[in-house]
Amino acid sequence: MKSKDRNYFKILRAGINTTYQDLGRNNLYHIGIPFSGAMDKRNFQLLNSLLQNDYNSPVIEFAYQGPHLKYFGKDIFFCISGNVSFKIITKEGVIDGNSYQCYLLKNGDEVDIRSTNKSVYGYFSINGTFGVDYYWGSCSINTQAQIGPNNGNKFSKDLEIEIIDINNSFNKRKLDYLGSTIENIRVIKGTNYDYFSESSQNKFFKESFKITKLSDRMGMRLEGPKIENIVDPNIKSEGLVKGVIQITSAGDPIIMLSDHGTIGGYPKIATVISADYDRLVQLTPGSNIKFKDASLEDAETLYKLYQMETNNLISQIK
Amino acid sequence: MIKNILNLGDAALYCDFGSDVNQEINSNVIKYFYHIKKLNLKGITNLTPSYNKLIISYDLNIHSFLSLKKKIENIEIKENNKLEKNLIEIPVCCDNDFALDIERVENKLKLKSEIILEKFFSKNYFCYMTGFVAGMPFLGDLDQEMRLKRLETPRVKVPKGSVGITEQFCNIYSFETPGGWNILGNTPQNIFDTSNQSNPNLVNPGDTIKFYRITLDQYNEIKR
Repeated sequence: MKSKDRNYFKILRAGINTTYQDLGRNNLYHIGIPFSGAMDKRNFQLLNSLLQNDYNSPVIEFAYQGPHLKYFGKDIFFCISGNVSFKIITKEGVIDGNSYQCYLLKNGDEVDIRSTNKSVYGYFSINGTFGVDYYWGSCSINTQAQIGPNNGNKFSKDLEIEIIDINNSFNKRKLDYLGSTIENIRVIKGTNYDYFSESSQNKFFKESFKITKLSDRMGMRLEGPKIENIVDPNIKSEGLVKGVIQITSAGDPIIMLSDHGTIGGYPKIATVISADYDRLVQLTPGSNIKFKDASLEDAETLYKLYQMETNNLISQIK
Repeated sequence: MIKNILNLGDAALYCDFGSDVNQEINSNVIKYFYHIKKLNLKGITNLTPSYNKLIISYDLNIHSFLSLKKKIENIEIKENNKLEKNLIEIPVCCDNDFALDIERVENKLKLKSEIILEKFFSKNYFCYMTGFVAGMPFLGDLDQEMRLKRLETPRVKVPKGSVGITEQFCNIYSFETPGGWNILGNTPQNIFDTSNQSNPNLVNPGDTIKFYRITLDQYNEIKR
């Protein structure tokens, strides 16, 4: 391809844990491959809706600090979702951008994604399609198993991001949305709940836990009151799912997130309900959380409500 | 064969086949796993077989716990269904640079390293499950006198290809990952092949593994 026909971004600064993500890959747990996919599914969905892309189009995910990108090619629109501060640098000057709004980029313009605010993940995409390879039906990058485009690695400086298709019938749209946060995480008691002393069970639901820096796409480590195991600090290794809270031998909770190991041998005290997952992953290290007990029936209803809320937001895009 | 089905969170069935770890119970888990996989039920997003459990993850938009539980309970599997089994031979080099924990194992088991390795290589091992990281096989069973606990402090990085033991099990680290198993050697063989998307795993549940010992020269030859 002649370079003048190309449309691409050059990465001037990679940001932190910047990767391609989509909805992830299914039915591979049995060989040790987790779902992966965008951590915050609501912001992923909103972004593709704002840009009028297919619902499972690839987007660029970043944590805490996003990439600084320079664009080369014909006119294109981009949008960012999440609670994100970013600047758009053009020949006319520098402006601050707002999340959930679409902006025009011309040849030579830059987007500098400075930071996520009081949240972890943000998303960037364009009215078109990035040139990505698919592995087991998904372009999500799993850096731990090195699966996905870019040889399964996170983005690095000077990498060029190809755009293979631009949607010319695109209408510039926006959404007024401030995001949604929670402090109480609702959980369903786990299959090993009775491994823990009654006083520890009470502490688990009454006291708060701090999210530590040892948190990434694989899991979130918490610290707080020690949870006392009165049966056995290990179980026979068995499958894990997203949102499972295991208690380590040291008595600390660790929550499995989208790139988690598929098998684990620590007892499971509880599992985060699906309705609260998107907001859980956005909590930053240093924040305190409290767990609230939910029944299975409540969790199923709350998930339906959460989905309705997302669809309602999508219908408000104008 | 399933003793009990519980919920694991709001989007997974936790099928309990018992509490013991043996090949009989595990073979039942694997039979269910292959059977349900073949049914290709809409809305099932993952199946995770392990020693004595099968976890079935599902899309909450399509199933609820009770309706899917009923479906799984109604599945009938003939006890005499034969499992498809492959015998796979895997080379292992136990050179000093690879046998990271041989001294610890000698001390704990009170056996000389040559005896330990002789015992290790004299048996075939059954694959109970694969996972944790992509392609990692959980194999068993080691002889009684070969059993010891994991490292008190897990390694932050276990080299790719490491072959480790703990309790009645052995495994192969298909990727560099944190881990606490006692490392006896390293295989130059690729355990997980990302480019082979239809069957990336060298070893699958139900297979039998035979390890054979190679020299450092042979190791480097295969690696090349």
